[in-house]
Amino acid sequence: MAQIRIENLRKSFDQFTAVEGSTFTIDDGTFFAMLGPSGCGKTTTLRMIAGLELPTEGKILLDGEDVTFHRAAARDIAFVFQLFALYPHMNVGENIGFPLKCQGMGRREIRERVQETARMLRIEHLLSRKTSKLSGGDRQRVALGRAMVRRPKAFLMDEPLGALDAEFRHLMCGELRDLHDRIKATTVYVTHDQLEAMSMADQIAVMNKGRVEQIGTPQEVYDRPASMFVADFIGSPPMNFLRFEGGLRSGDRTVSFHDTRLAVPEIREDRGNAPLALGVRPEHIRFADAGAVRGEVFGAEYLGTTQIVTVDTAYGRVAARLSSSASVRIGENIGLEFNAERLALFDVGSGLAIRTANGEGPRHG
Amino acid sequence: MTTAATKSTAHSIVEASPRAKAFASGLVILYAVITILPLLWIVATAFKSQSDAIAYPPKVIFEPTLEGYVNLFTVRTRQTPDFIAKLPPPQTWYDKLVRQRDMVIAGPSKVVPRFVNSLIIGFGSTFLAVFLGTLAAYAFSRFRIPLADDLLFFILSTRMMPPVAVAIPIYLMYRQLNLTDTRLGMILLYTAVNVSLAVWLLKGFIDEIPREYEEAALVDGYTRLQALRKVVLPQAVTGIAATAIFCLIFSWNEYAFAVLLTSGEAQTMPPFIPFIIGEGGQDWPAVAAATTLFVVPIVMFTVLLRKHLLRGITFGAVRK
Repeated sequence: MAQIRIENLRKSFDQFTAVEGSTFTIDDGTFFAMLGPSGCGKTTTLRMIAGLELPTEGKILLDGEDVTFHRAAARDIAFVFQLFALYPHMNVGENIGFPLKCQGMGRREIRERVQETARMLRIEHLLSRKTSKLSGGDRQRVALGRAMVRRPKAFLMDEPLGALDAEFRHLMCGELRDLHDRIKATTVYVTHDQLEAMSMADQIAVMNKGRVEQIGTPQEVYDRPASMFVADFIGSPPMNFLRFEGGLRSGDRTVSFHDTRLAVPEIREDRGNAPLALGVRPEHIRFADAGAVRGEVFGAEYLGTTQIVTVDTAYGRVAARLSSSASVRIGENIGLEFNAERLALFDVGSGLAIRTANGEGPRHG
Repeated sequence: MTTAATKSTAHSIVEASPRAKAFASGLVILYAVITILPLLWIVATAFKSQSDAIAYPPKVIFEPTLEGYVNLFTVRTRQTPDFIAKLPPPQTWYDKLVRQRDMVIAGPSKVVPRFVNSLIIGFGSTFLAVFLGTLAAYAFSRFRIPLADDLLFFILSTRMMPPVAVAIPIYLMYRQLNLTDTRLGMILLYTAVNVSLAVWLLKGFIDEIPREYEEAALVDGYTRLQALRKVVLPQAVTGIAATAIFCLIFSWNEYAFAVLLTSGEAQTMPPFIPFIIGEGGQDWPAVAAATTLFVVPIVMFTVLLRKHLLRGITFGAVRK
């Protein structure tokens, strides 16, 4: 098992820069998710860690050893592909045993290790099957088996559940996390699906346009987003942004929002007059006649236990998550009240969060 | 009304009506007869006597003889009946056959060495073209190569001229290099012509193989070449087989270069066959016999690879 350290990693293809100078450390035994929209550089970063792509600049250290330009095979890392990449001309057992065969291991030992791995994944009964006859979930298990059998230093997974249908994806999320808890291998998991990342990862790196915007636990990136991008990307529906203009002083507990004052977590930095945004998660909004912001109900989306009510205000459309028992009439004029302790403030110019008592933690990537 | 219309449409799409089927079968049979007839005629002519072969109107029913094959494989001289009577009795059936026509066998003809030349040059150049083509196609398919499109077009452009147009420069070049009338020269020439086709065909096939397969193998401990051999090639078998057949058909049948560049040592079957001369002109049964034998290897090769060929030609037409 290993620690993975990335230093100033950069990759450009001709004119296009896919990854721009990211630096971070993935601790031994961590389930580390790289999350971001397509084209954000997460897969390229993963492929550089694997050795399938060479960086333009920067370093990759595995357990302190510089492996930046080592061949993929020399890194002792396993890779799980989105399309599984099971060899169609081999059966399940041969597929799982393939990495060991590459290493020149004896036939008997290979068989034992394949059996052991298959037992762990509960696919022993499939070993002599053709891979083309397997269901998506079983293919994924075989691909995992092929990765595990070698007991590599780290697992790299590129959207491994992307090709499965929603129901199965949920099941495999549980299995993957369970597997990780049992074998405790450092895992780097690339996905664009926030639910996968939130439900499985110990640490999430949110990437955008080749940069790491924030690294933190799922709670940190959700509760204390480091930038407007992260706040917007994570959460469904995303965080609401209410824009206003104003200055901030360290120690303040209110801000002047248009013509009222709103309570916010204690501000920890000074700012001159600038365009700002108030960030509110939909679940931190209540309907109250005394609310400082008023609006008209535009629509409601019923989700079972909760409902998402969209409200048109003077500062834009706002989504609120309310109990599904709350009765809401479309067109109704209502007041909105925010949970002051959970509000976030952003500088619109840079897109970065402003330090407050709530947002103390976030690390900028 | 609506249901009836829907039904008949569905019917016509899914399965042809019996009448349409019969018509289609008839067309296919007619086409088969038209294409197979000349071949059958050649096979039949090989078993005719010289006079039957040139008879007019053509003879469909005739007395079969192996004269054509004997003539193809031997060189004979005409002798007086007295001389033949003095010889010891014929040892073999073909000795006997020849002596009936007042001739004796003087030795074997050149057909076997020519056939061997064809085999060596045909299969040799096919192997080389497919080998080089696979490597080049793999590189074009997988690596970022500067000016890849221009290079590919350049490779294809070597096929845009008819071979005869470059025959004379090649002849002069080969004379300088002492490659005229050598098997090596012919193998290199046919490889050069075929390799462009091979690169283009194989690139298409390799493009279809997801690169994740090799990447998985690279991560699991293979080198690039090992991954190519153990992971990519097994999946490209179909394409390789189809490409090999096309290459073989070209080099096996090639006539223009063979006439120009070979005369003795390295002569292949195509320039040899038309010049099989018997007594008083073309020996048609022998020519037919040579043609029949000439077709056999390519038919065998195609039948052996038939399964791959069929999949190969339609490969990529439908997304799997």
